[in-house]
Amino acid sequence: MATELEVNGSKVSIDGDPAMPLLWALRETLQLTGTKFGCGAAQCGACTVHLDGRAVRSCVLPVSAAAGKRVTTIEGLTGQPGEALKAAWIEEDVPQCGWCQTGQIMSAAILLAENSAPSDEDIDAGMAGNVCRCATYQRIRKAIHRAAVALGGGR
Amino acid sequence: MSAAPTPPPARTPAPGGLPRREFLRASLAAGGGLLLSLWWPSSARAEAPGADDAAGDAEDFAPNAFVRIAPDGQVTVIVNKAEMGQGVSTSLPMLVAEELDADWSSVGFEFAPVGEAYVHPGFGIQMTGGSTSVAGMSEPLRKAGAAARAMLVLAAAQAWGVEPGTCRTEKGAVLHDASGRRAGYGELASAAAALPVPQEVALKDASQFLILGRSTRRLDTPDKVSGRAVFSLDVNRPGMLVALVAHPPVFGGKVKTVSADEARAVPGVVGVETIDSGVAVIAHGFWAAKRGRDALHIEWDEGPGAALFSDALREDYRKQAGTPGTVARLDGDPTAAMRGAAQVLIAEYELPYLAHAPMEPLNCVVELQPGRCEIWAGTQFQTVDRAAAARAAGLQPEEVQIHTTFMGGGFGRRANPASDYIVEAVQVARAAQAPVKLMWTREDDLAGGYYRPMWHSRVSAGLDGAGGIAAWTHTIVGQSILAGTPFEAFMVKDGIDETSVEGAVDLPYAIPNVQVDLHTTQVGVPTLWWRSVGHSHTAFVVESFLDELASALGADPLELRRKLLADQPRLRAVLERAAEEAGWGSTPPAGRARGLAAHYSFNTYVAQVAEVSLEGGKPRVHRVTCAVDCGRVVNPDGVVAQLEGAVGFGLTALFHSAITLQDGRVQQTNFHDYKLLRIPDMPQVDVHIVPSDEKSTGVGEPGVPPVAPAVCNAFFALTGKRIRRLPLRPEELRG
Repeated sequence: MATELEVNGSKVSIDGDPAMPLLWALRETLQLTGTKFGCGAAQCGACTVHLDGRAVRSCVLPVSAAAGKRVTTIEGLTGQPGEALKAAWIEEDVPQCGWCQTGQIMSAAILLAENSAPSDEDIDAGMAGNVCRCATYQRIRKAIHRAAVALGGGR
Repeated sequence: MSAAPTPPPARTPAPGGLPRREFLRASLAAGGGLLLSLWWPSSARAEAPGADDAAGDAEDFAPNAFVRIAPDGQVTVIVNKAEMGQGVSTSLPMLVAEELDADWSSVGFEFAPVGEAYVHPGFGIQMTGGSTSVAGMSEPLRKAGAAARAMLVLAAAQAWGVEPGTCRTEKGAVLHDASGRRAGYGELASAAAALPVPQEVALKDASQFLILGRSTRRLDTPDKVSGRAVFSLDVNRPGMLVALVAHPPVFGGKVKTVSADEARAVPGVVGVETIDSGVAVIAHGFWAAKRGRDALHIEWDEGPGAALFSDALREDYRKQAGTPGTVARLDGDPTAAMRGAAQVLIAEYELPYLAHAPMEPLNCVVELQPGRCEIWAGTQFQTVDRAAAARAAGLQPEEVQIHTTFMGGGFGRRANPASDYIVEAVQVARAAQAPVKLMWTREDDLAGGYYRPMWHSRVSAGLDGAGGIAAWTHTIVGQSILAGTPFEAFMVKDGIDETSVEGAVDLPYAIPNVQVDLHTTQVGVPTLWWRSVGHSHTAFVVESFLDELASALGADPLELRRKLLADQPRLRAVLERAAEEAGWGSTPPAGRARGLAAHYSFNTYVAQVAEVSLEGGKPRVHRVTCAVDCGRVVNPDGVVAQLEGAVGFGLTALFHSAITLQDGRVQQTNFHDYKLLRIPDMPQVDVHIVPSDEKSTGVGEPGVPPVAPAVCNAFFALTGKRIRRLPLRPEELRG
């Protein structure tokens, strides 16, 4: 059985078990390996992608739930606020091991889309679903503020 | 991240104890650039720098280079350390680039293959750990850069018919000011490669540094934010299958019977194979492998492991702690001093098993061909892994090639003397007769063993009645990490595993009568170094108990430490700096209190002051002020990042982490019950680097040990409740 969806602007067809989590369609079928596997249980956020403009955990989302929808991964996060976030992440030198960071940026993009001038508390609330074992959290906060300012919002 | 992990501290001499000799070699790189190799032959072959390597390894005939300069001027530094977040893929290139006078914007890096040239200068194997990368590689990499520069200068001087001494270098070019001539390194590379390598090179004085000591952005960040960075879990090979292994439910269990029909019936499953560590399901992709594994019916011979209960173990440890162990340090006569003391304090501290839980679960890609094994892995332990993979594949070590990838965290877990996930992957690939990516799920990771050992400490002190501490004893109970590993031979001495007692035997405080003793327990739970190793438990005990003594003496915790550290100037200096920056002695904001701790580990000094509160019964850490002395700093912002991360890592252990066992089964399964610190609980961390011209020392681990005691000491100041068991249970603070 094939599931049709749009990934980073391209129509794709995913064969096989429609119950398979979207993560594996992205990583294995489409070789979009910027989306990471961390827990398989929607606990860590490393697999965060956008589904029709919402942040979702692709490790538990069946590929069938993405049928006919638009999926954006880190590879397709072009334009604003994605570019501003990536630039801010580089400016603040956020990553250490780096495994969780693409998921962090995907969550941050939705946060900024919904709140152009988040406070520290807003950031903490919006980013609480993304774990960083290296604990780069202080720099994540700074980078989100920096990106918000670059986008004309911020505080 | 950090960094992490850790084997044996740098004070350990090179195995064999013989001095190593260095040799530099130059050759032409493919494509015509200059390749410069710094050669570290083992003592047996010290006189034959160009000779074949250890076992006649074919790979080591290939250029063993640390620096390569392409005709276009691009400088590539070969990084022989694993990048697990601690920043070596930036700090090591900085060391080369400084002496080379490279243009930093033209500097990149590659991870080294396995080779004799890349072994750890102290341990004689290729590995990353013990916070030793910058400390150990500073001199060889600076020399590699300096020698390359000297050869480029000579090449230019010869071409121009001028004295080399009249030339200078700047940003990737040789200049002859008198004639106004200039040549980029790329143009000179081929000519330089034909020149003899200088036997001696002068290194710059620190006052001449242009790169070292300046905060430099990480070279790996752009690829890590774009998703382009390749971790081993991201590797894809033609025809590659994915394998998951069903491990026994208890440590030491064995497969008795397997019923695999249902698993084989799952679409995409191509094989089910019993291997040493369990039952492997091999499939087209993760999902089929997972469904196949879920469909296995396995009967296990559980063995004695099924009788393990961590609560029973705690009781056993407590009993052992009341009896004398093997003495690891004895100063004076603590028994007599206790007898004569005006007051004796006794306390017991407990710490649980901890999983490393790197964000990228363990995995390994293996491709076998006749006479050849190719491995892609995030590993901190290349030499050990290669030997283990060779045994598992039925090959010679030189027939095994390891591609070290980025790794999504290590913290010591990817430096396993048993090479567990590497061997497992090779066994599966052999059985599958196809390239295989072995994957562990998070559940596999948490239940799969190799934990920071569980520890019990009983400490006592005799106060002399005049404000002083006359005696200190510390009995430690727990498993040896090194027993049964190749490190045992030189790091377990007279029955003492030095990683069990580090941070306790080197108690820095001036106390006249001191005893530290150890009970090494035999428990069937696999243990391993975990970011900061023994210091992860001893610092908590020592720094908490010293705080207890300050309270009993009515002394300020800072002042007591200052008094007892009169002959420990560097530790005292970081303590004073952290206290000053944190406003120690001033009144904290309403509802808050401060605590401090200082600890020396991996040749680095760190002090931390934590500021805490209890908000609605929830313990909160608002701010941690750190001071660090790690000698001469290579990348200041890298040091800051490691200390920030260490605070978060330490807080996770303090508030959340414990691996517990019932009926031999690990009770924790995923991040809902093995919680990690999340962003709302990350305090403000301020890091202050104490300037130093001493030798550079590590920063991946030393930030972790002081976190728990500093925070618990702050909670004591706030509530009067002493936390002696981790993880902290908030109800203990409320009671």
